[in-house]
Amino acid sequence: MNALPVRSRHVAGFITLRRSLTNHLVTGVAIISTALVLVPLVAILGYLLFKGASSLNLAFFTHVPVPIGEGGGGMANAIAGSAAILGLASLLGIPLGIGAGVYLAEYARGTWFGAAVRFTADVLNGVPSIVMGLSAYALIVARQQHFSGLAGSVALAIMMVPTVTRTTEEMLATVPNPVREAALGLGIPKWRTVLSVSLRTASPGIITGCMLAFARVAGETAPLLFTAFGNQFWSFDLNQPIAALPLQIYVYALSPYDEWHRLAWAGALVLIVMIMVSVTLVRIFANRGVLKGGH
Amino acid sequence: MKEPEMIPVSSEAKEPAEATPAVVSTPTSWVTPAIPMIKTIVPQPGAGPQTVVRVAPPSEIRNFLQAKSSGRIADGVFTGVMVLCALTIFAIVALIVYVLVSRSQLSIKAFGWHFFATQKWDPVSGDFGALPFIYGTVLSSVLALLMAVPLALAVSIFLLDICPGVLRGPISFLTELLAAIPSVVYGLWGIFVLVPIIRDQAGPVLEKYLGWTGLFVEPNFGVSMFTASVILAIMIFPVISSISRDVMRAVPVNQREAVLALGATRWEMLRIGVLRNARMGIIGSVILGLGRALGETIAVTMVIGNHPGIVKNLFAPGYTLASVIANEFTEATGDLYLSALIEIGLALFLVTIVVNAIARLLVWAVVRQNQGGAH
Repeated sequence: MNALPVRSRHVAGFITLRRSLTNHLVTGVAIISTALVLVPLVAILGYLLFKGASSLNLAFFTHVPVPIGEGGGGMANAIAGSAAILGLASLLGIPLGIGAGVYLAEYARGTWFGAAVRFTADVLNGVPSIVMGLSAYALIVARQQHFSGLAGSVALAIMMVPTVTRTTEEMLATVPNPVREAALGLGIPKWRTVLSVSLRTASPGIITGCMLAFARVAGETAPLLFTAFGNQFWSFDLNQPIAALPLQIYVYALSPYDEWHRLAWAGALVLIVMIMVSVTLVRIFANRGVLKGGH
Repeated sequence: MKEPEMIPVSSEAKEPAEATPAVVSTPTSWVTPAIPMIKTIVPQPGAGPQTVVRVAPPSEIRNFLQAKSSGRIADGVFTGVMVLCALTIFAIVALIVYVLVSRSQLSIKAFGWHFFATQKWDPVSGDFGALPFIYGTVLSSVLALLMAVPLALAVSIFLLDICPGVLRGPISFLTELLAAIPSVVYGLWGIFVLVPIIRDQAGPVLEKYLGWTGLFVEPNFGVSMFTASVILAIMIFPVISSISRDVMRAVPVNQREAVLALGATRWEMLRIGVLRNARMGIIGSVILGLGRALGETIAVTMVIGNHPGIVKNLFAPGYTLASVIANEFTEATGDLYLSALIEIGLALFLVTIVVNAIARLLVWAVVRQNQGGAH
């Protein structure tokens, strides 16, 4: 710096000052806006937990909805209905998704067809859930002429497929190749290598991926609006209208009654806790369960 | 299964035993999870000449493993099933398009392209035009992007370089959690917390200082286009933030190091070394957020007010493509009404497919290009 002529020393000093000011300014802006975002986000989460916890009681899990005017009541039928719809959706969606993921990771790595499948799955992932509901309506409800839990399950299953496919593929990709080669080198057929070696090694990650897909669709309301439709009474018949937790929350939240609002908050807490648990599990297992490294 | 015999080998006999994969030596590893297999591959460097190598009779393992397989047929069947699963994904997309197109024929024939250019939505007289809903969807999504994008980018820059390591985990965990909260819960929160805040606290302030623009004019009932945009911004924030951070992280570290080595400050390093390299991916993440905002249904339906109309005032209630379907579908009477709603669904489907495809291509381009460069 001392070797520079005086004039340019001033200029250099000025530029350095401006640069470091800009640097500090941008750093400050980033920190402040992170704080600005995080505070409300934490507030939302805390408020949901607090409000839900103060509204929840045992009757919520054991009683069916009661008419307005009578106090109490719960969403037992909605929880059971949600479980039935989600169970069927998982049965339909998870095997399909895992199969497609296995195909992508074990058979189609680096091919254009694999890339096309992957791309379609990603795009399908972004399709609005209400459109899935419309399709299930047009496909099943309009033919059968009545609302049914089955149609809701199909809509949710379609939404699960892309998520499960992509996580399965990603988890299988972390299985080191020498493991497969060792199995194949023993003369084991490819299908058995895939089932007993690749899938088994990646299974913790795949299972948690399925749970994540499950948790995502568990909170979906839009696809159930005109498929499962909702029901105020006990029903396990998937061929008939059936109650579901998110639907019930939606209806109760828009109602004018305080008692129903309380039940809606309680339902929201149940949903959030379920999702929190599965997201936490995913984080734990995705980092620990699968073999890392390889050669 | 029989336990493998333990055979002590001398140092000369050790060589071939180690050359074969050590998987052979433990047939039990096919039954237990495969983790122990990996560990046994690595030969112990410090082992003395008296090392005991487990050697199992190979014929037995082979018999066990091949017992349930009939070679080529089983392999072919398995491959076929997997290909079928993959093809199902194409089938699903094709089926959705087919079903929506065939069910909306009535409305497509009746209104043609005018459907998307007409303002009138009158179920009683059978006049349907989707323009107010398109306006509502575009306006609410763009407003949400305006609010969410700068904050999301600031947060991902913060997490990338400024944030101390201790905070990074919790913050990204919180973001993931918020992305997973169902939209009906956001809607519930919106009705009981956000709507009163915007009606009583934020509304008067905005009206006082920004009322002259004509965007914030009383009366303000809380349920409005503005409220919907705020809730959308909160919902798309995690999407944009997490994907843009992934893209920024995909930029090779040596790019950053090179810029720093030239004497750049942190901001210059981020601007030249990270943001410029990742700009396509960042745009992709913003478009992904846009796709999410366009299709968001329940939370928006709960707070937007559900009234068709094209007005400049953001405090007025609005309507979006998705929320008109959610709100009116079960009450729709008459085939033409249903068909018009399904046509709206078809339009929404096609638009989100295009938006998502563009976004994915951009994100992929950046990640792939940088992975190629890193190795």
